Amino acid sequence: MKPEIIPTHTVSCFHCGEDCEELMIVSEDKSFCCQGCKLVYEVLSENDLCNYYDIANHPGESQRSKKLQSNRFDYLEDIETANLLLDFQNETESHLTFHIPIIHCASCIWLLENLHQIHSGVFSSRVDFLKKKVQIKLIRDKITVKELVSLLSTIGYEPQINLSNLDKKQGVGLDKRLIQRLAVAGFCFGNMMLFSIPEYFSEADLIDSSFRGLFSYLNVILAIPVVVYSASDYYRSAWNSLKQKQINMDVPIVLGIIALFVYSLWEIFAFQRSGYMDSLGGLLFFLLLGKIYQQKTFSTLEFDRDYKSYFPIAVTKIVKDQEDVIPLAKLQVGDVILVRDEELIPADSLLLSTMASIDYSFVTGEEVPVPKQKGELVYAGGRQKGAAILLTVQKSPSQGYLTDLWNNETFEKGKERLLEPLSTKISAVFTWSVLFIAVSSFAYWAFIDFSIAIKVFASVLIVACPCALAMSTPFTLGNTLRIFGKSKFYLKNASVVERLALIDTVVFDKTGTLTDPANAKINYIGEVLSDESKAVLKSMVERSTHPLSNRINHWLGNVTGLALDQIEEIKGSGIQAGFKNQIFKLGSRKFTGFISLINNQAGNIVSLTVEGQELGCFFIESGLREKASEVVERLKSDYEIHLLSGDYAHEQLYLEEKLGSGITYNFKQSPSDKLSYLKDLNINHHSLMVGDGLNDAGALQESQVGVAISDRVSHFSPASDAIMDSEVFGMIPNFLSFAKSSRHIIKASFILSLLYNFVGLSLAVQGLLSPVICAILMPLSSVSVVVFTTLTTNYVAWKKDLLTFKLF
Amino acid sequence: MEVIFLLIAISLILAGTFLFLFFKAMKNGQFDDNYTPSVRILFENNSKKTKKNQPSKPKSYE
Repeated sequence: MKPEIIPTHTVSCFHCGEDCEELMIVSEDKSFCCQGCKLVYEVLSENDLCNYYDIANHPGESQRSKKLQSNRFDYLEDIETANLLLDFQNETESHLTFHIPIIHCASCIWLLENLHQIHSGVFSSRVDFLKKKVQIKLIRDKITVKELVSLLSTIGYEPQINLSNLDKKQGVGLDKRLIQRLAVAGFCFGNMMLFSIPEYFSEADLIDSSFRGLFSYLNVILAIPVVVYSASDYYRSAWNSLKQKQINMDVPIVLGIIALFVYSLWEIFAFQRSGYMDSLGGLLFFLLLGKIYQQKTFSTLEFDRDYKSYFPIAVTKIVKDQEDVIPLAKLQVGDVILVRDEELIPADSLLLSTMASIDYSFVTGEEVPVPKQKGELVYAGGRQKGAAILLTVQKSPSQGYLTDLWNNETFEKGKERLLEPLSTKISAVFTWSVLFIAVSSFAYWAFIDFSIAIKVFASVLIVACPCALAMSTPFTLGNTLRIFGKSKFYLKNASVVERLALIDTVVFDKTGTLTDPANAKINYIGEVLSDESKAVLKSMVERSTHPLSNRINHWLGNVTGLALDQIEEIKGSGIQAGFKNQIFKLGSRKFTGFISLINNQAGNIVSLTVEGQELGCFFIESGLREKASEVVERLKSDYEIHLLSGDYAHEQLYLEEKLGSGITYNFKQSPSDKLSYLKDLNINHHSLMVGDGLNDAGALQESQVGVAISDRVSHFSPASDAIMDSEVFGMIPNFLSFAKSSRHIIKASFILSLLYNFVGLSLAVQGLLSPVICAILMPLSSVSVVVFTTLTTNYVAWKKDLLTFKLF
Repeated sequence: MEVIFLLIAISLILAGTFLFLFFKAMKNGQFDDNYTPSVRILFENNSKKTKKNQPSKPKSYE
C-alpha cells in the first residue's frame, strides 16, 4: 500500500488536526498532513492502539515541527547521566519519572499508559495528569533510558529533561506530613468534643456524674497525640525564632498550647473538673486547616529556578569532524560546539561560522534576531535562528555573562530579611502584653489568695490564647492567594501578599514588559526605495546590533544584501556606508543632515540620505503592551514609577508622550545595573519589579516583590516571587490595591479578636472565668474570625473585579 | 447506663481504625493524584485481547 500524494484543498489531518496545506498523504482512507503524522498513526495501528483516536479528536495536536536528530539523546548513553534520571533500580527493573508538558487530554493518558504494548521493555507506566508526569517502570535488559526517551519522542511525547531536574530530587512528603497532623488533630478533636458535650450542658445533668471523670481522662489521652504530634511544627518554629531572639506568631500559639494543656491537666487531676482539652484539639485542628489552606499553592509552577533550568542538557561537540553529544556539565572552555536552528547557546562563545542570527527574546524580551559576524562574542541564552553554527566556548556555562547574576550574593539570601510580616509585629506586642497582664494579675492576687492567683495566671494565658489572632492571618492570606490565582496571578507564598501591600514604588522593565515587541510598528515615508537601495540598506543594518537596525532589517524582509565599499557605525548616531562612490547615511537626523520637518508621526525617527540627498525616514514605534499606558496612569497617583531598559535612550520621547511625565527613565541598563538600581532603590523604598526576561532575574530577586510576566505561565520565567499571566497585565493596579485591602482585613480581624480577648481577659483577671464562658468564647472567637476574613476578602475581591461569578 | 462504657470503647476503636486506614491510604498514594484515575477508569481494557483472537496480523507497513 504505497501512499498516494495529492495536492489539496483544506482537509484536516487525521492525527494532528492541522490543515493539510501543501500536500496530503492518504493511507488507509485517512488523510495526514505529513509523513510524521502518518508514521505515528501506523505505529499505533500496528500495535492495535487506534483507540487513541476514539477518545478525543485529533489528540496528536500541538506537535511542533522539530527537526528530529537521531543523536539528540546520545548523552543518555552516558550511564552517569542516565542514572540521574532514575528514581529506583534493582537487577531487573528501573523506575523513572518524566515531566512531559505536552500531556493535554485523555488520549495522552491512554497512550502513555499503554506504552507496554508498543515496547515489551516497558513494564508499566502511570500518568499523573495534573502534574503532567509519567512514571515508567522498565525492564533493564530490554530497553535503555535513551531508547525509552527516543520512543516517547517518536510518538510525540518528548519528555522535558533539563539540568535542574538532574541535579535535585524534589523533596516530597512535606504536605503529606501536614495532612497526617491534621488528620490526627481532627480525629482527637471530634472525639473530645463528643466527650465534652455533657460538660457544656452540665446544668442539665444529661448524664450520670460518674461518667465525668472517665470522659475527662479520655480527653487527656486524646489530647496527648495532639500536643505531642500535631503541634510539633509550632514548637520547632517557635524555638527557632526564640533562638534568633525574635518572637513570631508561633510563640504565643505555643504558649497558649502549653498553658491550656498544663492547666487542664491540673484541673482534671487536682479538682476532678473537665479542663479545656476540647478547645485545645479544636485550636490545633483549625490552625492546621488554615495552614493547609495557605500552602495550597500551585504545584505546577516553579518559582525557584536557577540558570540551569534554562540551558539545554546536552551539547553537540565537534571532535575531529565527528559530532559527539556530551552532557553540558562536561563542556569545557575551548571546545568547539555545533548549535542548530532553534537551539540555545549554552555558554558564552566566539562565533566560528560566518554568520549567525541570534534571538535573545528569552533573555531580553527583544524578539528580533540579532545578526552576528564571524569572531563576535555570542552570549549564553540566545537562540540560533537559521543554519547550524559552529562556536568555540569561551567561558564555562556557570561563569557566563548571565549566569554571573546567579552568583551574585542576592541569590544566596532569603527574602524574609526584607520585611517583618504584620503578624510577627503584632504577635510580639501581643505576647508581651499578655505576659505582662498575667504576671501583674498573678502578683495582685498572690497577696490575697495564692490558689486564685495561680488560677488567674493560667486563665489569662488561656483566654488570651491567640486562637483567633493566629487564624486571621493564614485564612485571610490563604484566601487572597486563592483569589489571585483565579485571576492568573500566582504568588509564591502568603508572605508575598503582605509585601505587596507595602509597595510604594513600581519598577517596570521596558522591553517585553511594558512594550510588546510583537506590536512594533514601522512606517517608511519618503521616496520609494529601489531594489538596489534596499539591498544597500540591508547590508548596512545587518552589520549593526542596534535594536532599531534590527527592526529595519526585519521590515526589509528577504532582501539580499550587496557588498559595500566601506561601512562604519558611529555609536549613538548612525551608520555610514559607501556604495558605487556614493555615501549612504542612516541614523539620527543630525547625523544624516536630514532637515525636512516631519512631525505628524510618532516614534523614533531613522533618516536615510544619499550624498546629502534626503531619501526618506523610518518611523519606528515600539508597540506598547495592551493597557500599558492605562496601568501606568492608574498607578501614577499612588506609586513612584521607574522604568528600566537595556536599550538606548532613543525611545524616551516616544514613551513620555505615551505614558506621560512623572516617570523615572533609565536606559542602557545591563542586568547587573538593574540589580544595583533596585538595591539603591530599596534603601528607602519598597519596590515592586515587573519584568520578563532572564536579564531581569537579578532585579526581580533584589526587589521586595519580583513579578515575572509570562505568556505561558507554566513555561519559562525567571526566578521570582510571583508569576503573572501577560493577559492580566492590565489588572496590576487592582492586584496591588487588593493586597492592600487584605492587609486591612487582617488588621480588622485582629481588632475583632482583640475585642474577644479583652472581654475574656477582663473576666479572667477578676477570677470570674467559668468553664461555660470559656467554652463559648473560644470557639466563637475563632469561628467568627474565620468567617469574617473569608467573607470580607471575597467581598473586596468582588468589588475590585477580581472575583466575578460568586462570592464563594 | 453501663452499656455506654462499651459503646465508647467501640466508637473509639472504630474511629481509630478509620484513622489508621486513612494513613494507609495516604501512604499508598491514593490522594496524590485525584484526577487521572477518574479518566483511567473509563478506558477499555481490551485492545490486546482482540489482537490475540485474530490470527497474526501482517507486520510490515509498506
